[in-house]
Amino acid sequence: MAIKLPIFMDYHSTTPVDPRVIEEMLPYFNEKFGNAASRSHAFGWTAEEAVDYARERIGKLINAQSEKEIVFTSGATESNNVAIKGVAEFYKDKGNHIITSVIEHKAVLDTCKRLEKEGYVVTYLGVGKDGRVDPDDVKKALTDKTILVSIMLANNEIGTVQPIEEIGKLTRERGVLLHSDAVQGVGKVPFDVQQMNVDLASITAHKMYGPKGVGALYVRRSKPRVRLVAQMDGGGHERGMRSGTLNVPGIVGFGKAAEIMMNEGKEEGVRLLAMRERLRKKLQSSLEEVFVNGSLEHRLPGNLNVSFAFVEGEAMMMAIKDVAVSSGSACTSASLEPSYVLRALGVGDELAHSSIRFGLGRYTTDEEIDYVSDLVIDKVKHLRNMSPLYEMYKDGIDLKSVQWVAH
Amino acid sequence: MAYSDKVIDHAENPRNVGTLDKDDPSVGTGLVGAPACGDVMRLQIKVSDDGVIEDAKFKTFGCGSAIASSSLATEWIKGKKVEEAEALKNVDIVNELNLPPVKIHCSVLAEDAIKSAIADYRAKQAAKR
Repeated sequence: MAIKLPIFMDYHSTTPVDPRVIEEMLPYFNEKFGNAASRSHAFGWTAEEAVDYARERIGKLINAQSEKEIVFTSGATESNNVAIKGVAEFYKDKGNHIITSVIEHKAVLDTCKRLEKEGYVVTYLGVGKDGRVDPDDVKKALTDKTILVSIMLANNEIGTVQPIEEIGKLTRERGVLLHSDAVQGVGKVPFDVQQMNVDLASITAHKMYGPKGVGALYVRRSKPRVRLVAQMDGGGHERGMRSGTLNVPGIVGFGKAAEIMMNEGKEEGVRLLAMRERLRKKLQSSLEEVFVNGSLEHRLPGNLNVSFAFVEGEAMMMAIKDVAVSSGSACTSASLEPSYVLRALGVGDELAHSSIRFGLGRYTTDEEIDYVSDLVIDKVKHLRNMSPLYEMYKDGIDLKSVQWVAH
Repeated sequence: MAYSDKVIDHAENPRNVGTLDKDDPSVGTGLVGAPACGDVMRLQIKVSDDGVIEDAKFKTFGCGSAIASSSLATEWIKGKKVEEAEALKNVDIVNELNLPPVKIHCSVLAEDAIKSAIADYRAKQAAKR
């Protein structure tokens, strides 16, 4: 079968909208264009009904008790902001301490940093080499002042899945709220807000084959009832938690995408895992010094984050330009710093510079996996042949013993 | 980030990749950068008795712009007198390859690599006397 180029293997960044989702969205752009907040006519009622149906579908995916627990936002960045700032503000008389991890998304980390400037105290937990938070560390960090723990379900770079259920037991025992940025993991790995005692969860449509620009925040309504201070003032939409006219077509698409995930996510995960392992095994059996970053066991099925030692990530991406992937290399970031997530694993900056993230998804094929692995193997060999580090390694020189002249 | 055609050309078809015998007294080797910083260049020159760079080779660990900078550097210094090669400035590389501001350090590294190779060559020559 002929391969169509370019190949998209960056499903952690975003996903294409599933045609079934588009189909369901279309009528809501013109035919059924009403404002879901219009209570006085049929246009509004139709829109509201569609929005509530989406709430139900999304609620089911994460096992919410009521569709009223789903608050729509513009995306996960907003959800994370509202969850953390909203809770911090509401519970400020109860305490001022928040616990999170160093590998969270910037939408969580930078929100926490802002709160620190306002006088809150934030503990940033480290992770092990496996890229996971140790629940014991959470336990040790909890104080009488702790109001919120925010730990992601799955990491966006290395795909490691966090022990949310264990953490949820601890937070529930201590009466501390648990927020989880569940963007990357929902529908792909088990996530059940009841079983895991999650009180707030951020999710977004475009990581699960829905449209961009629409997200949700799960806010528990009972045992405990979570309160938060709205961060967007206006018409009091979404039970006062998030003002702003709802993106009805987007929300309809989000609902359909959630339903598909609910019905097909598990099966899809099995298929993706098999392809991921095929890719990994091909790369590791044909090339030396290829390292998987983070736990292989506790990992999103579609994620493979590997470092090809002695080869720089951006040069690698340039060499395989017909394949869309991403890298933790400094050269790919505006800050010229290598990935903070990879650094947190303690793998060493040189391996962070050499990392490539392959993200597999719904439309990835076996043929693409074979094409990509052959191409990558060829290009890594080519780049290693022009790498002074590889030559030194081959000559038996310990690269750590060399006195480098940093610039 | 969009690369200039020249960067792509040098990165895809690098000139003068290879290794010269570093123990040869007529060969100067410069090794600059650090793996932790994401770029390491090794540039080598072989100098004739009358002070002309008759061969230049490089190997680079780094991004496309770093590879292109070192490839271009070897191309330029080949056939030049050592003193002429020494006068090469990083801005010349920046201009030729149309490097964006975030990639200027790649050209600095290439200039350093040339200077470091020349210094090594001179040290060897001095030791010979």
